[in-house]
Formats: sequence, structure tokens, C-alpha cells
Amino acid sequence: MGMTMVEKILAAHAGKEKVKPGELINAQLDIVLGNDVTTPVAIHEFNKIGVDGVFDKERVVIVPDHFAPNKDINSAEQCKFIRDFAHDKEVVNYFEIGEMGIEHCLLPEQGLVVPGDVIIGADSHTCTYGALGAFATGVGSTDMAAGMATGEAWFKVPETIKFVYTGELNEWVGGKDLILYTIGDIGVDGALYKAMEFSGEVIENLSMDHRFTMSNMAIEAGGKCGLIEPDQTTIDYIEDRAQREYTLYESDEDAEYEEVIEYDVSEIEPQVAFPHLPENTKGISEVEDIKIDQAVIGSCTNGRIEDLRLAAKILEGKRKADNVRLIIFPGTQEIYKQAMNEGLIEIFIDAGAAVSTPTCGPCLGGHMGILAKGERAIATTNRNFVGRMGHPESEVYLSNPAVAAASAIKGEIVSPEEVM
Amino acid sequence: MNLKGQAWKYGDDIDTDVIIPARYLNTSDPSELAKHCLEDLDGEFVDKMKEGDVIVAGKNFGCGSSREHAPLAIKAAGVSCVIAESFARIFYRNSINIGLPILESVEAVEAIDEGDQIEIDVNSGEIKNLTKDEVYQAEPFPEFMQEIIESGGLIKYVAKKVNK
Repeated sequence: MGMTMVEKILAAHAGKEKVKPGELINAQLDIVLGNDVTTPVAIHEFNKIGVDGVFDKERVVIVPDHFAPNKDINSAEQCKFIRDFAHDKEVVNYFEIGEMGIEHCLLPEQGLVVPGDVIIGADSHTCTYGALGAFATGVGSTDMAAGMATGEAWFKVPETIKFVYTGELNEWVGGKDLILYTIGDIGVDGALYKAMEFSGEVIENLSMDHRFTMSNMAIEAGGKCGLIEPDQTTIDYIEDRAQREYTLYESDEDAEYEEVIEYDVSEIEPQVAFPHLPENTKGISEVEDIKIDQAVIGSCTNGRIEDLRLAAKILEGKRKADNVRLIIFPGTQEIYKQAMNEGLIEIFIDAGAAVSTPTCGPCLGGHMGILAKGERAIATTNRNFVGRMGHPESEVYLSNPAVAAASAIKGEIVSPEEVM
Repeated sequence: MNLKGQAWKYGDDIDTDVIIPARYLNTSDPSELAKHCLEDLDGEFVDKMKEGDVIVAGKNFGCGSSREHAPLAIKAAGVSCVIAESFARIFYRNSINIGLPILESVEAVEAIDEGDQIEIDVNSGEIKNLTKDEVYQAEPFPEFMQEIIESGGLIKYVAKKVNK
């Protein structure tokens, strides 16, 4: 019996020929990641272990992105605490504001995560790097602390569910719609404890940016990770960026899957997830009379250059509705610069958007776009839980960047076709 | 380890954003976090619960963010154990790592009503409903995780290993 990609990566990092689902293993870590919310807790725990330094100064990555630029005094203290730690432990990959980005846009861009890696991050959307063909999973601060100290973590080898996407994509449908549709189908615990593997001709033809969006939301189905087999698209993306050697793993033909789920994408239209769970999805044609107060375009899910290009295509020469606040935040400084060079930022500003420095702020109701009681937002982010973006009685609807941009223009949730 | 308290019952997919909203994540002080435990789900929870009480919930408890502040808030509020039909995996791992007892049992969740007095033997996974005079059996933890729990959490477990 063959092995899946995940099984092969975990076996290689556990020094084993073969692993099976359910097996508990100790794996070597390639990267250990944390942000300004999770790293302070990790540092307190790290200091209790009794080691002098981190396991590898180049393989610990710390990114202040959640409440940075510092939103209040407490956040400033937290950011200072992790900055001092990074300095003290000589952590090479600490990214200050002005040179940073939203962690899951930043790490692939900088070539810090590569195909075949095992990565833990004290942030649930660490699963994003599965798009490169790496095993990447979110953990808590204590796991981050142990990882920083030892360079190892224990895992239970997960069963894999394979998703096969075939057919032709409809206009305005991309990675975000495919993953929302999938979560709508299997539910927010549909892949609980499991690895997800996204495959099929549709995935093979997807660009890296759309692939990142899909892997990013594996956690929204309860998944441990969400992998895509590396191919020429992956190599083209990584070859000039990779800071380390990488290994391309493929699942064996006779690998054992817990389940294989097939979708004909020609039946999928742009998706909108209604409050208060990402599984509450509807096709855009079923959405009526949902007025919005705010549209948010960006985040680790949809803050990459192709997302911004898509939003600009809709917004060019148009203006947001008077009663709507439009907030656009590119994922990294590099993406910001590229958007500027391509003229996208001008389009956004002319459309009445506030363009923000990279931050997770608005997505998790941290800062830079909080909702008041009774307010409603459409967002290209990943979660629409109660109070996610502000007041517990506010609402978040999730969509792709084209739908969010079109909705900003109309003042209610609409298909991009309505404004083109 | 025997635990005893009153059950507080909640539904499916209780996410980490309602367990501890992001607006309170600018601190990691457990006693501060405890004040806001479950605030956006049940604003009165912290005032009405007593030390030792038990949260009983449906499937996928703790879904969403990786914030360890969620189990920390629950533990610091004085909750002795969370019983759920299933747990989101990061929350599960975090709870073991910080020493918050959690048990998975569909049978117990279906049978327990809010206000029932519950007694739990964490090691064996036995859950006694003192109000209804019933006993439910949860899956005990795999041996490896029991080792972490017995060491007093992941950090003490790792400290023992690296200082050998």
C-alpha cells in the first residue's frame, strides 16, 4: 500500500520508512512561527523549559501582524516583549512593521517555507503553506514554545480526505469559492483531525495565489492541513525565492484515502458564507437584499496580488456606495509595492477605499475596521463567527474579492456581473 | 484526578472568538482573560458559574483560532473540565498542553442537562451524573498524552526531556 503526500512528509521528518494514520510520531520541524498575540504566551512557557536559546536562529519566525502597528498600550507592550526576545535570542527572521506582512502571505513570498517542509505556527491559518506541498499546521503557544526549544513536535498521523475538482470554472469563480463551497458541503468539522488534499484538473490549472487561498481555509473545515501536490506552478513560484533546499512529494497511486470527494466545478457560482459559520454558504444568485456598511478586501486568505488585481478590475473607474466604508489591505509590503506599480492603489483610492498597511487587524476585530452594533460587512477574510469583526451583534459575510468589490459599489451583496 | 461541579450546557461549534474575543487578546494574563470567558456566547457565564463547574457542549468545541488564551480563560475562570461531543484539534492540543481536563463523550453530552451535578474521573474517563444517578464512559487519553498530562503539561514534559 502506498502513502499519501502527508504520510511521506511526516515519515521523512520522523526518520521512518513508512507511517500510518493514527500513529504517534515525533517530527523534526523546519520552521516554527509565531505572531504578536501568540508569541508572548510562548515566550513565558519557553523560559520555563530551561534552554539558553532557540533550536535554530534561522528557523524561528516571528511576525508582529495582529495588533501591529501597535493599536494600544497593551499591544505595544506585547510587541516590545517579542521584539526584545527576538533580539536577545538572535532570531534572524523577525519582521518589523514596514518590512513585514501578514504572516501567511509573507513566509511563502520570502521563501522561508518550501515544499516538503514540516511547519508549525502558533496561528491557525499556518495550514496556508500546504499549497506548496508542505505539511503545515496551526498549534498553540505552548507547542510553539516546545518547538522553539527542541525543533521537534509530536503529531498523530492524520487520515487524508482527497478532494477532486473537475470541469470548467465559471466566471468570477476562484480558489475562495471552491474552498467555501467545499466547507459548505462537508461542514466546519467535516475534516476534523484530517488532512485535506486538493487535486484534479481545476487545481492543476490554479495559480499559486488561488491555491494559497484554498489551503488557508482548510482549518475552517476542521482540517489539520490542506495540501496540494507541487507541480510546475509551484516550482515557478518557489525557485527564485526558496532559502533552503526543497523536496517535492506526491501521493502514491495506491495511497489509501479515508474518502474521495469529487466536485464538478461547472455547477459552482461565486459563494457567500452567511453569519455565523463559514459553512453557511449560498451561491451569489440566491443572495438578495443584504445591505452592507463595510467591505473588507485583504487578509491571509485574499490579500495577494491576484486578489488585488481582481478587486481593481471591478473598482476601476467606479466609486463605492456613499454609505459603505471600503477597506483594502495588501498582504505584504512587496504586494503593496507591486499593487502601486501596477496602478491598483490609485484605482482603490479613486474608488473611495482606505488602503492600509499590512495587518490582521480588521479580520479578527482587532483594529483598523471594527464593526459597531448591528453593522454588517462583506469580507474576503476567513471567519464570520459571532463578534469576529467587532460588536457581538454585528455580522460578517465571506466572499471572494470580486464579489466584495462589487458589493462595495452597490451597497449590498451582489454578483460582479451587476456592476460590469 | 476527581473533579466535581455543576454542568453548563452549550451547543455545537463553540468557537474561540466567543470563548475569548480578540478585543481581550492584548494581554495574556489568565486572570484578566478569565473575566471575559464565554462573554460573547453567554455574558453572564462568569458571574453565575462556580469554581469546579463543568462546561458540556456539542460537536467541534473550540473551533477557529489557535489562541491558547481560550483554554487559559476557561481554566482560569475555574472550570474544572470541558465535556464535548468532539473538540477542534488545536483547542484539544492546547488543552492537553496547558493542563485543562477535557473529555469526548457523545453519550454524556446527550444525557446531561444544564444544572446536573457531575463528578469526573479524568484518568479513567468515567463521568458520573449525580443528579440523574447515571454513569457515562469517555475515551481515556492515549498513553502518550497521559504522560504529558502526568508530567503537568507539555512544558514540564519537554523540560524533563531536554534536561536529562
